Amino acid sequence: MAGLYKSEIKNPVLRWVDTRLPVITLMNREYAVFPTPKNFNYFWNFGAIATVQLMVMIATGVLLAMHYVPNTHMAYASIQTIMRDVNYGWLLRYIHANGATMFFIVVYVHLFRGLYYGSYKYPRELLWMLGVIILLLMMATAFMGYVLPWGQMSFWGATVITNLFSAIPYVGNHITTWLWGGFSVGNPTLNRFFALHYLLPFVLIGVVFFHVVALHITGSNNPLGIDVKGPQDTVPFHPYYTVKDSVGICVFFLVYAIVVFFAPRFFMAPDNFIRANPLQTPPEIVPEWYFLPFYAILRSVPNKLGGVTLMFSSILVLFVLPWLDTSRVRSAKFRPLYRPFIFLLVIAVFVLGEVGAHKPEGIWVLLGRIATTYYFFHFLVILPLLGKLETPLPLPESISKPVLAGGGPMPGAAAAKPMERA
Amino acid sequence: MRNFLSAALAAGALVLPTLLLPGVARAQETPPLPQLNWSFNGPFGTFDRASAQRGFLVYKDVCSACHAMKYVHYRDLAGIGFTEAQIKAIAASVDVPMIKSDGTAGTRPGLPSDAFASPFPNEEAAKAANDGVVPPDQSVLVDARAGGPDYIYAILTGYTKPPSGVRVPSGLYYNEYFPGHLIHMPPPLQPDQVTYTDGTKATLDQEARDLTTFLYFVSNPEMEARKRMGVHIVIFLALLTGLTYAVKRKVWSDVEH
Repeated sequence: MAGLYKSEIKNPVLRWVDTRLPVITLMNREYAVFPTPKNFNYFWNFGAIATVQLMVMIATGVLLAMHYVPNTHMAYASIQTIMRDVNYGWLLRYIHANGATMFFIVVYVHLFRGLYYGSYKYPRELLWMLGVIILLLMMATAFMGYVLPWGQMSFWGATVITNLFSAIPYVGNHITTWLWGGFSVGNPTLNRFFALHYLLPFVLIGVVFFHVVALHITGSNNPLGIDVKGPQDTVPFHPYYTVKDSVGICVFFLVYAIVVFFAPRFFMAPDNFIRANPLQTPPEIVPEWYFLPFYAILRSVPNKLGGVTLMFSSILVLFVLPWLDTSRVRSAKFRPLYRPFIFLLVIAVFVLGEVGAHKPEGIWVLLGRIATTYYFFHFLVILPLLGKLETPLPLPESISKPVLAGGGPMPGAAAAKPMERA
Repeated sequence: MRNFLSAALAAGALVLPTLLLPGVARAQETPPLPQLNWSFNGPFGTFDRASAQRGFLVYKDVCSACHAMKYVHYRDLAGIGFTEAQIKAIAASVDVPMIKSDGTAGTRPGLPSDAFASPFPNEEAAKAANDGVVPPDQSVLVDARAGGPDYIYAILTGYTKPPSGVRVPSGLYYNEYFPGHLIHMPPPLQPDQVTYTDGTKATLDQEARDLTTFLYFVSNPEMEARKRMGVHIVIFLALLTGLTYAVKRKVWSDVEH
């Protein structure tokens, strides 16, 4: 019969479906027998955890949207109704609000994994760039979600961030007015932020889908950063990684549950429990913790346009990272100079996070500037130079043969085949 | 390189504690908040019913003269052990504004389903009666202040004589714990301000504790259910994690890695 897929499924009903729409074959190929490097450590859990967390956020978000009212007169009161009168409304809201925090922790660890093990290098550049798009979309979604409860930080955070666009020469003020739908943050702003906050997660699903498709074309990187040489280096995804990811997901949910049930307001700013008041600026306007490093970069430049440019550049620089890093060795394990520098970058980001939580005065300005300088110096100067200056350690022959078990140490560059040096 | 790494780690160790303790540097001006041993603290904490009920009395007799609590309903009082009959009586003692069938304004006795009555009909009236400042709504007041219940207790008991040299303008009061020290609210509680029906002596400390317990309850009415559910879920997840890890070990036992 023309046009039907030749399915190997035995069960007649499933076979009937699979010959017409081979999703069962597809799932089997991509998630069951999919050959995966056998040497993943637990850092490789975080992609799966992030996917699960996206689903948790969408599920709780849809249920919250059934009770939330995107109107400046009623938004704050509708949150109170959710917390007090909706059955398990408090549970939904605490899962969702703390879910943003958990999501960013997971994604930042996932991103660090990519940096440390060189997952952004050939042939995974596009996979990496899709990841950066996911990060940007997540940030936009989280920012707009934080505005919805219409507390003081919601309102003033929205005012500060939307005002950044006014730094754009000539058209800045027009853009800001257009974003607001008025001449200040108001009801049109809240209403469209709600619409976009509901929309963007579904856009995220689309980009995540491409992220996964790209991953399944190149295959996963691994802690050694060398290519898979043959079947002896891999295991089928199921059951080996389904069960290993399940362990990570369980631990994640355990930590998440402790936050939701025993410290649900730990990450919430007290000011945001006060209803938005356009006539009263809070003593300090501080974004959520996951934006603090970027906020610190923004404020470390005395010029508004300069600060805004630098802040957006701090993410945009990640897009070109695959070409800034000139080293052909992926894993930091075999890069004696890259290793301390990547830890220094992590410290710089933590310092920026702390600086972002303080008023820009005294020592915090200087610390912010030093850390900002290092952040960009790392990507724009150190990484391009390091590939030329560094002598990598000997690379193992293959995943199943550790470095010294085989024919003894070989110079890394000579041992690697052209593909994995690229 | 090793030196470099250890230096980097040491730098990290210096930064981390400040990251974990937000707000440490910010509270310089005021003395540190007293850390009270609240009944609702900890993973198994519950509301001390007697204390919260006494706190409601303090709220009703003192706070509610100026502060609204409009997101809380009389029926919510069941959460701190008031009986249905008591709640009906409490609600009925309040006049709730309504539009009568002839279209004129009037009042009716409150019902358990009514929200707590506000002391002022609107914000302008609240401002006019309080020197231009609206007394904050108390529905989520505990969560809306850094330090939570400890801060509320500290404010209630923190009215002291101003240090020499500090001039307190009329209409303002000196409070050790208030940011800037000058607060619009007159000292709300005095010893024996309320008469407790259960024989508890109404000291300032006792009134402040009881009221704070009540205010914590109205801010977090779900707390007991939340912690109870949390204990079950955490135990379940811990077992599931152990089980999953055991399965993982078994599955991976035939792979050399």
